[in-house]
Amino acid sequence: MQQLLTKCRRAGFWVAAILVLLPNQALAASAIDSGDTAWLITATALVLFMTLPGLALFYGGLVRTQNVLSVLMHCYVIACLASVLWYAGVYSLAFSDGGSANAWIGGLGKAFLAGVGSDAASGSIPESVFFMFQMTFAIITPALIVGAYVERIKFGAVMLFSALWLIVVYAPVTHWVWGGGWLAEMGVMDFAGGIVVHTTAGVSALVVAMALGGRVGFPGEVKPPHNPGMTMIGAAMLWVGWFGFNAGSALAADQSAGMAMLVTHISAATASLVWMVMEWVRFGKPSLIGTVTGTIAGLATITPASGFVGPFGALVIGVAAGLLCFAAVQAVKQKFEIDDSLDVFAVHGIGGMTGTMLTAILVLPVLGGMGLAEGMTVGQALGVQLLGIAATVVWAGAASWVLVKICTALVGLRVEREDEIEGLDITSHGERGYEI
Amino acid sequence: MELIMAIIKPHKLDEVREGLTELGVQGMTVSEVKGFGRQKGHTEIYRGAEYVVHFVPKVKFEVVVAAEMAERVVECIRETAHSGQIGDGKIFTLDLEQAVRIRTGETDDQAL
Repeated sequence: MQQLLTKCRRAGFWVAAILVLLPNQALAASAIDSGDTAWLITATALVLFMTLPGLALFYGGLVRTQNVLSVLMHCYVIACLASVLWYAGVYSLAFSDGGSANAWIGGLGKAFLAGVGSDAASGSIPESVFFMFQMTFAIITPALIVGAYVERIKFGAVMLFSALWLIVVYAPVTHWVWGGGWLAEMGVMDFAGGIVVHTTAGVSALVVAMALGGRVGFPGEVKPPHNPGMTMIGAAMLWVGWFGFNAGSALAADQSAGMAMLVTHISAATASLVWMVMEWVRFGKPSLIGTVTGTIAGLATITPASGFVGPFGALVIGVAAGLLCFAAVQAVKQKFEIDDSLDVFAVHGIGGMTGTMLTAILVLPVLGGMGLAEGMTVGQALGVQLLGIAATVVWAGAASWVLVKICTALVGLRVEREDEIEGLDITSHGERGYEI
Repeated sequence: MELIMAIIKPHKLDEVREGLTELGVQGMTVSEVKGFGRQKGHTEIYRGAEYVVHFVPKVKFEVVVAAEMAERVVECIRETAHSGQIGDGKIFTLDLEQAVRIRTGETDDQAL
């Protein structure tokens, strides 16, 4: 017995020695960093959480009781649809080499993840993880647009529009900025999606809202949010998840990620307070819905800047977000009378564009930023940022307009008036959100 | 017997209940309703947009009492539900034909 135990112990020693050595060998060969990988896997979960259920609840609370399920459905189904399309080819279009067309779009070489096995690497993380992380961005971006067309859109149109939009708008713009396309070549600064996510979604939302027409009763007789509490819960989930969105965009578990998380948080908190104070001053009472909307404005605006600015820059961005997005909400709904129902353009569009422009200034070390790229002047940086925004606005706007026309022709855009009044939950989905 | 139906401000319900219990009223039925009178609703502001809210939340309750008690009950409700502000509500009195206690079969005044 004693001899058997000794033999086992010796064998165990050798097994342990081999196990300790082998992984190091494998790691050295493929340069996968386990810290980076662990963080990016976590960040992926956080960003998916932003859509499921963060954004779903945020939007859900803002609509009438008879439409809450339809909004949850839109977010949920878009998540599923975007996932499959990402795998089928949108990832490839966004991030693979497009050969001669690579300035504008990737190729289909990685459609269905062809050639991408479990050993494939993307920098210091497995490509599978990079694929997943970027996928969660491809999920939330079309889901943001939901806010423009709630309470009156046909479900078929949601699916068709979202699918086409991913291919025609999201994939190219992603490629331009992050996939080695022309804007990346020019040195555009968009750390986590001020252009790719917020500008595309915001502009497209505005176009869809204009084409769709306002809800029955807009602007004077629209019903207020049915559950501000649900909206706050969603906003809180978005705030927490945004740490994955921005800090994860460092694509590493390092100081860049740490600072990105810090500035994200400062901007969110600041913008919330600014919005709250503005409501207090202008309307006499600070509301929960207003305050949490300020949070989202702050988060959207810091997104492009999160890897480039410091805490002071975050403060500036938070204040700018609160002021500008607040004004934009009034302007879109009251001055221009466009029923972008959940203020997607005012919050994400204006926020994303503002943050993208401010990045060029707040990146300067004197303001606490990380510094411009070698050889770049502030003037040039501003020019590139502006060019990136302008190109995206034009492309997203025009493409969305065409897609709306296609959807109208193929499936119809809007439900019947009586169905809209009765509510999409029961008329489109056969379900009631609440049994009274 | 009289069925006395009143529509009052929700936060006044406890006061009314206490007042009626002191008077000797044995039961009441309460429902949450919404409505408007001459007050005609109001506007609320969400994210800077004004929403017209036509209906205001109210509480409706019903008590059934012997005819002799009716006047005192109405007066009690009027005092306890009163706040002096618009939206205090209204009290209606209806003649009741019959009342039955389900458990025992007692009728009319015995059922109250």
